[in-house]
Amino acid sequence: MNKAWLAIPVAGMALSACVTINIYFPAAAAEKAADKIIDEVWQLQQPGKTSAPGTQKEEAK
Amino acid sequence: MKIWMRFWLGLMALCLSAVVFAEADIEINTPGIAALKQSMQARHTQLASLYASGAVGQRADGLIALRDANAVPLAARQSANALVAAENRDRNALYAEIARANGHPEWEAEIRSTFAQRWIQRAQPGWWVQSGGGWVQK
Repeated sequence: MNKAWLAIPVAGMALSACVTINIYFPAAAAEKAADKIIDEVWQLQQPGKTSAPGTQKEEAK
Repeated sequence: MKIWMRFWLGLMALCLSAVVFAEADIEINTPGIAALKQSMQARHTQLASLYASGAVGQRADGLIALRDANAVPLAARQSANALVAAENRDRNALYAEIARANGHPEWEAEIRSTFAQRWIQRAQPGWWVQSGGGWVQK
């Protein structure tokens, strides 16, 4: 019976340790997600459509 | 004793399942993220020339900055500033929204630093990026 009292806090600690593993930041997945968004925002799939150096002066006039 | 063995084995299995769960993807397919992406994509057509001229650069903290106001004609300076401010607003909202959409608002800082690295790494040749506290041209 004594052992059961010891087991409850130990099990609680072990379980909370498991939960901390669960909330680690998934760095690789985040990088992939970032790349996907950057591709879309900067439209990197369609070369030639992006930056046209020198056009900003015409725009200003 | 046998019951203890079974208990620990069960606990270990639980821990392993938690590790597997941690490898999960980052969710970016939400209406909020899609709206921010679209707004940033529309703005990029105007920002691209500012990036290319060196007027605006990618900061180390995941935002952008007007680093050389002289590269922008005086008349366009105000609109350039507004573009930078609007883009930074969207970027801040994007990092917070991704963290929130994945159920971990506390991930915002890590998502921001992941994006900061990727914006800088993927900046096109000729663009300016912040590195080690100074501006460098790619």
